Amino acid sequence: MPGVEARPGESARRAKRGSPEDLAEVEAGLDSLDSVPVRRTPLWGRLRRKVLPPLFATVLALASWQLAVSTGVAPPDKLPSPASVADSLRYLWLQGSLFDIIWTSVRRGLLGFLVAVAIGTPLGLIVARVALVRAALGPLLSGLQSLPSVAWVPAAVLWLGLTSSAMYAVILLGAVPSIANGLAAGIRHVPPLHLQVGRSIGATGWRSAWHILMPAALPGYLSGLKQGWAFSWRSLMAAELIASSPDLGVGLGRYLENSRESIDLPGVFLGIALILLVGVAIDLLVFCPLERRVLRSRGLLTGG
Amino acid sequence: MIPAPTAERLGPSPAGSATPAVRLTGVHKSFGADGGAPVLQDINLAVEAGEFLCLLGASGCGKSTLLNLIAGLDLPTAGRIDLPLRRRPSLMFQEHALFPWLTAGKNIELTLRLRGVKRAERRAEAERLLELVRLGGAHRKRVHELSGGMRQRVALARALAQDSDVLLMDEPFAALDAITRDVLHDELTRVWQETGVCVLFVTHNVREAVRLAQRVVLLSSRPGRIAQEWTIGIPQPRRIEDQAVAELSVEITESLRGEIRRHARR
Repeated sequence: MPGVEARPGESARRAKRGSPEDLAEVEAGLDSLDSVPVRRTPLWGRLRRKVLPPLFATVLALASWQLAVSTGVAPPDKLPSPASVADSLRYLWLQGSLFDIIWTSVRRGLLGFLVAVAIGTPLGLIVARVALVRAALGPLLSGLQSLPSVAWVPAAVLWLGLTSSAMYAVILLGAVPSIANGLAAGIRHVPPLHLQVGRSIGATGWRSAWHILMPAALPGYLSGLKQGWAFSWRSLMAAELIASSPDLGVGLGRYLENSRESIDLPGVFLGIALILLVGVAIDLLVFCPLERRVLRSRGLLTGG
Repeated sequence: MIPAPTAERLGPSPAGSATPAVRLTGVHKSFGADGGAPVLQDINLAVEAGEFLCLLGASGCGKSTLLNLIAGLDLPTAGRIDLPLRRRPSLMFQEHALFPWLTAGKNIELTLRLRGVKRAERRAEAERLLELVRLGGAHRKRVHELSGGMRQRVALARALAQDSDVLLMDEPFAALDAITRDVLHDELTRVWQETGVCVLFVTHNVREAVRLAQRVVLLSSRPGRIAQEWTIGIPQPRRIEDQAVAELSVEITESLRGEIRRHARR
């Protein structure tokens, strides 16, 4: 070390300190001290924390329902007993039409949703990236999101008749704005630094959209998809309730309306329960795992 | 301390050649319509291939603006910027700016992919670059699992993945704690010597500049102009607490303070 006066022994220590081995060692020490350990809660722990509470709440709700019926707090012509609803379910099962009814609606809902994704995604991308389009369509899309899609049913029936096309039209009008808005919001929240880095490593045009913009906007896009599915399902049920035709087949909404027409209160409750169940199941089986995965991989998920 | 060109490197040997890696001629930059006050004024600077140069200055000297101009992210109002290079310069920021949806290794592989490296070679090249910054085992690690120092090293590896001749660094260690920063100084010096890349390093930390650079350029503030220049002969590896580093730092700090004081009288 020229220009530096060293005490005896000092220079040896200093020499070691600058050496590659020493650097590697210090660095490895820092790395292990500063790294954030990622702990995943074991399966049974997650089950206990995530599955048991809602299960318990459901049992509690059923119990108080039964209690209300058996104590006579709710008159039996207003509130059917859980057992009579279960009877309706068993009847549908034995009749063999239970899964037909559910599948008629779910197939329609999923198909409509997929088409809504195919339209809403490029729309959201354009709205987010083209200033003129954003200025023109942005407020319209936000407005459409707050318009209950059941309002489109009469128009759709007049345009397309009592057909499946009318159902799909209502689904699209309900879901496309949510998906486009979700993606546009996701893109708006992409840190400008990421785009700058993207440009500096040579991602321009569609390569920037594919490698940087879309993955960066994925959390917002996913919540848009989730909301889009909820809107699809809701719009479809509204459409099935209102539009009645033998060509349309019997979906959950139609089953519900048929039960009302025949003053079958347990059937009405069963219809409501099944609609709720499908909505919850799709959310739980498709969107929640997807969302958790995306958030966890980015370190955005706190806790289990 | 002649940086050895790596096997992958094409083109002229970076060390000792007279071709500048970056040449700025009369560069002038002001923002807004022609009424805007100049941010940079008459910057003339030639950076040799393989050189390590620090740009030093207080706030408002336009250091970051200058880097953006060289990176091609912005255009000068007047003057020329010549980069007789194969590729655009790579950039490193104060924030690591790694993509959180990719693992450390995939962050590097994306850069390689955009550079046109074949799929089969990307994985091995990313491993090599991670080894270079001593993060051999971190390929599959997520960004949030890494410490601040490790993130900056991955960012360095990603910048090197561009295989550019010029590495532009905008206060890359400013957000790190002193111990980590010290280690990264050693690391950057080592990587620079091993790769022979030309480094333009922006900082407002005088000691950091003297610790790292072969040449320190002091910019004045508002407008940014080249005020003074030092060539640093202290041999590497230097330590930030070396006497010689400290002495030169005192001298440069005095000049920097002088530049700042000029603004008190305005």
